[in-house]
Amino acid sequence: MRRTIAVVSAGLRQPSSTRMLADRLAAAARRELEQLGAEVDVELIELRDHGHDLVDNLLAGYPSEELKRVHETVARADALITVTPTFSASYNGIFKMFVDVLDDTALVDKPVLIAATGGTGRHSLVLEHALRPLFAYLHAVVLPTAVFAAPEDWGAGDTAQDQLVHRIDRAAGELAREVDRREKPTHLDPFDVPTPFEQLLAGE
Amino acid sequence: MQFGIFGVGDVARDPMTGRNPSEHERIKAVVEYAKLAEEVGLDVFAIGEHHNPPFFPSSPTTLLGHVAARTDKIVLSTSTTLITTNDPVKIAEDYAMLQHLADGRVDLMMGRGNTGPVYPWFGQDIRNAIPLAVENYDLLRRLWREEVVDWQGKFRTPLQSFTSTPRPLDGVPPFVWHGSIRSPEIAEQAAYYGDGFLHNNLLWPKEHVQRMVGLYRRRFEHYGHGSADQAIVGLGAQVFMRKNSQDAVREFRPYFDNSAAYGHGPSLEETMRQTALLVGSPQEVIDRTLAFREYAGGDYQRQLFNVDGIGVPRKTVLQQIEMLGEVVQVLRKEFAVGRPAHVPNAPTHASLKAAAAGENR
Repeated sequence: MRRTIAVVSAGLRQPSSTRMLADRLAAAARRELEQLGAEVDVELIELRDHGHDLVDNLLAGYPSEELKRVHETVARADALITVTPTFSASYNGIFKMFVDVLDDTALVDKPVLIAATGGTGRHSLVLEHALRPLFAYLHAVVLPTAVFAAPEDWGAGDTAQDQLVHRIDRAAGELAREVDRREKPTHLDPFDVPTPFEQLLAGE
Repeated sequence: MQFGIFGVGDVARDPMTGRNPSEHERIKAVVEYAKLAEEVGLDVFAIGEHHNPPFFPSSPTTLLGHVAARTDKIVLSTSTTLITTNDPVKIAEDYAMLQHLADGRVDLMMGRGNTGPVYPWFGQDIRNAIPLAVENYDLLRRLWREEVVDWQGKFRTPLQSFTSTPRPLDGVPPFVWHGSIRSPEIAEQAAYYGDGFLHNNLLWPKEHVQRMVGLYRRRFEHYGHGSADQAIVGLGAQVFMRKNSQDAVREFRPYFDNSAAYGHGPSLEETMRQTALLVGSPQEVIDRTLAFREYAGGDYQRQLFNVDGIGVPRKTVLQQIEMLGEVVQVLRKEFAVGRPAHVPNAPTHASLKAAAAGENR
């Protein structure tokens, strides 16, 4: 089956360690899914590219044509990998704006791999106290393994305990298995299939 | 096809002069706009209903009753009437009274309100917005159509042996439009009853308007009121015109940029490209309005223009209405070209009365 993974990176700089982590996660997820027999497309979404459109969406209430395509990519994807830098002990602002303008049903039952980068390993629980509840609220299926990369992770060798590459592989394996046991996401369009008015009148 | 002006009745600072008009000035000015709209040949004047600053029209039937006394031909309407938080009994009574005073020149557009707290202020819960719109409107229809009503529902106290007075003029209730930006349930409601559906496309891009109107048209046919292209569709637009396009853009930009509704988001140019914000020469406004048939999925029945609000001064609004009168003369001719004979006009009191007489014969 053909599967699509949408990868959202909220990194703001170039080069970006957030993007670097996103790429590692995407490559691992592709490999794990291919091992399960899937053909995999990866759609990368760099939020910085949509900065102005995100503010405009919040203020005007509707997305630009380009941002609308991003919304559709996320809604259609079999799984989502999201990576944010840690700002003031949480996801950054552009990341939250992106989540805020998504359709509130876009992530229902969708496997989501949460990941973050930060200036020190002491921020690693940002994943548990900020990202996991956010996506749980949106009824996503948040994978058990969340991946945090601190600066020292990029220099750790084989001897490091639970090194970054192992965490990436474990999370990617979880993602592949969650995707594999699901059908392609179907989005019921209320404009195509309206609730019949008799039901509305009956208070259903 | 009907053309008219509509507004929400905001009291906003003029960013060019820094002047804040008083509520009194704004209320009197809006009455003047309605009179001028009639004089220049427009068909409809509609005003919103709001219960919080910066808006003044909390009492639309008082305002419209006053306008009725000072005009002869123009149809008085609302943009919108809050079917969620008003008592449907009071809507039935107030608008039947207005209908008598205006000799039938009345219709209404149902809406659900623009602010969360209006629900608790009137003892309701915003989570019931759609169920309130459904139940209240169904009762309103019965109050206008049945002499004596026994009724029980979820949201208001039951009625036994209740007769809403005055009875609708000539036994013909006012025609009702439903306005909604994004709720498919409201398009469904309009279609179910064979009522009109107006999408205020000045706030949303074309593709979205097409989906909402398309749903309404499809379901109108499903419920047996006629073919999809006979459904009663209305659209909105915001307009600002000057003889030269560049002058219009230059003069309107500070109002746009400082507006609470438009400002600091997508640019004026982007908003003009994506939505029904029409800023330019009369010819540009004509061309773009004619293309709205794409938004409406074909020929449609009512086009309302917003010329007032966001601080645009009275003198300028009066100029805009004068220009709109000329533009509408062209639009009438152009919209008539190639319009199929089976596409109806928007119902009026006269047409509904004739239809009712036909049924009774």
